[in-house]
Amino acid sequence: MAGNAWRSLLTQAVGVAVRKPVQSSASFSRGMKMVTMIPGDGIGPEISAAVMKIFDAAKAPITWEERNVTAIKGPGGRWMIPPDAKESMDSSKIGLKGPLKTPIAAGHPSMNLLLRKTFDLYANVRPCVSIEGYKTPYTDVDLVTIRENTEGEYSGIEHMIVDGVVQSIKLITENASRRIAEYAFEYARNNKRTSVTAVHKANIMRMSDGLFLRKCREVAENYKDIKFTEMYLDTVCLNMVQDPTQFDVLVMPNLYGDILSDLCAGLIGGLGVTPSGNIGANGVAIFESVHGTAPDIAGMDLANPTALLLSAVMMLRHMGLHDCANKIQTACFDTIKDKKVLTKDLGGSAKCSEFTAEICRRIRDLD
Amino acid sequence: MAARSALLSASKIINPFLVGRPGSTVKVFGTTLTSHRNKTLLTPPPAKYGGRHTVTLIPGDGIGPELLSHVREVFRFSCVPVDFEVVNVNSALETENDINNAITAIRRNGVALKGNIETKHTMPPSVKSGNNLLRTGLDLYANVMHCQSLPGVQTRHKNIDIMIIRENTEGEYSSLEHESVSGVVESLKIITRNNSLRIADYAFKLARERGRRRVTAVHKANIMKLGDGLFLQCCKEVASGYPDITFDSMIVDNTTMQLVSKPQQFDVMVMPNLYGNVVSNVCAGLVGGPGLVPGANYGRDYAVFETATRNTGKSIADKNIANPTAMLLASCLMLDHLKLNGYASLIRNAVLTTMNETRLHTADLGGQGTTSEVVQSVMRVIQSKGQLTAEL
Repeated sequence: MAGNAWRSLLTQAVGVAVRKPVQSSASFSRGMKMVTMIPGDGIGPEISAAVMKIFDAAKAPITWEERNVTAIKGPGGRWMIPPDAKESMDSSKIGLKGPLKTPIAAGHPSMNLLLRKTFDLYANVRPCVSIEGYKTPYTDVDLVTIRENTEGEYSGIEHMIVDGVVQSIKLITENASRRIAEYAFEYARNNKRTSVTAVHKANIMRMSDGLFLRKCREVAENYKDIKFTEMYLDTVCLNMVQDPTQFDVLVMPNLYGDILSDLCAGLIGGLGVTPSGNIGANGVAIFESVHGTAPDIAGMDLANPTALLLSAVMMLRHMGLHDCANKIQTACFDTIKDKKVLTKDLGGSAKCSEFTAEICRRIRDLD
Repeated sequence: MAARSALLSASKIINPFLVGRPGSTVKVFGTTLTSHRNKTLLTPPPAKYGGRHTVTLIPGDGIGPELLSHVREVFRFSCVPVDFEVVNVNSALETENDINNAITAIRRNGVALKGNIETKHTMPPSVKSGNNLLRTGLDLYANVMHCQSLPGVQTRHKNIDIMIIRENTEGEYSSLEHESVSGVVESLKIITRNNSLRIADYAFKLARERGRRRVTAVHKANIMKLGDGLFLQCCKEVASGYPDITFDSMIVDNTTMQLVSKPQQFDVMVMPNLYGNVVSNVCAGLVGGPGLVPGANYGRDYAVFETATRNTGKSIADKNIANPTAMLLASCLMLDHLKLNGYASLIRNAVLTTMNETRLHTADLGGQGTTSEVVQSVMRVIQSKGQLTAEL
């Protein structure tokens, strides 16, 4: 108990989200780990059900606690997520989220933004690995984009100075830049990656990206075992579409991260097969699928659960359950490589339930 | 009115060579009097001094000087009636004198060909990027880049033909930054109605001129509601005046994703400054790399030509391995602007023949050729066309 308190104090002091292989006793019961599951909207419920079924077949030590997040107005008029969802996340610390719809002109900010602010999810991690069996013009892609998730160009601070002149403020702070740089290097070390590249545009935005770059350089001093390089955003884009194998871990501010992570997702096949994780302060992590809610195919058993499944696998690795993660990932990739049972977006004609059943079968065969 | 005509007649007395044709500018004592300008998209400066044009040449850093010397070699060989006024810009200095000299020279000549000027970001923030100062000082508001798949170049995607029109003066490149509190830096992105209307108008005019069917606006208005929202609104307004051209919009992250999977769906794209940077580099990479695509910066009165991706290429400088194609094609764009279309087609065809038929490629395209070999091959093709040339 005291050991856990000391470790969490140290983690908070250092400000790095370190993966804790042993969780606090509150979320462990009978060796099972509790995870908050947010199914989401549209195809969210069916793909979440698929993932839970696959985890069941793999006998993963996870118990799911389902919660819904809709924006509600709390005391004082501030928008917030429902208190039971917050409570569940606070005790479990790990969440898996399906796609949430952002209604236009609903009066409240997007749900993703609310979740980000509530749990201070400062790092968005997207590993992009080429999927064997899902052909794209790019093979052998194996990189990770780590994007600062709280500030930068997405601060939402805009004003119309004079009629016809709008000013948007891009905010870069020392703390946030240091925090994300430290996370990037920690991630690289924990996952045995060899280099970290900072992506910036300091030739134009001298002070803001200059600050970000300086912090990255400072943090790099403490991680001499990992190679640190810096590259302009346009050079990265240029080289990425010609030869993506030269990149390993990329760390960058918010806007560049948004564009580059989607670019990399496009290299491996799109948002339907890309996992994503959001790491927050205090050890909170929410893993999610980044595609949309696809309302046109919702409820028709046509959805592809790969993105959510791979995010769940990323979650297992974060929790230290590597064997389970490898088992599920191998089964998923083998199914796609085999090309016999594929959902429509992957080029096949199978239903979501058939795809899920095939993966479950492979997992049982692997045992 | 009377003063104006007095000034005009005064200029006629002072400099009889500066005859004011309708649609040209008359420069008197440093001021510019414009007498009924015809508003075409491209207005070349008049060819003074015996039908020869004078163009400002800014070598820049890295591979700029060597590539531009090759351009001069090809021009001399093909007897192109263009003289270059060389202005050197030293990027290591902290003062802006060099850049101001360059701007004055371009104002004088109207047209420039340049290499990229390096921006050392170790310098204090008060020292702004030379390239940026040039663009804003001359109000070169439109950066136009035409990406086309070349048959002789091996790429993952084929049949790409995209025109990218990028706002060149404002947006994120306003260079307005401050540190409000220690450790907190704010950078301002400015979007104005006037500039957005101007670039949208340019895009649609160009699309119509080139017979293009569709214009796509690239933005991030779901997050930057006011800024990119204004840009998008301006594009929509201008689009309503061109019913023959389809207009649609796409969010920038989706755009990059679509570009790497299905780039053939895009026709003409118009966007603010930073997204333009990303999208133009992605497209350049898709058609074969930074050594192939020329770029042009157009303002109302001036035009500056350079390579599209604006690379300094420090690591390959002076090694004779740089690809001269982009710079040579940029010089052809310049010749088209000066209405020397014959010479432009001659050089362009020679470059493309070397690229596609002879397949003499430099290292960036996976070949073994050196820069000088490619340039020699281009000159040989020009000679074989039978026109007047100097000695090889």
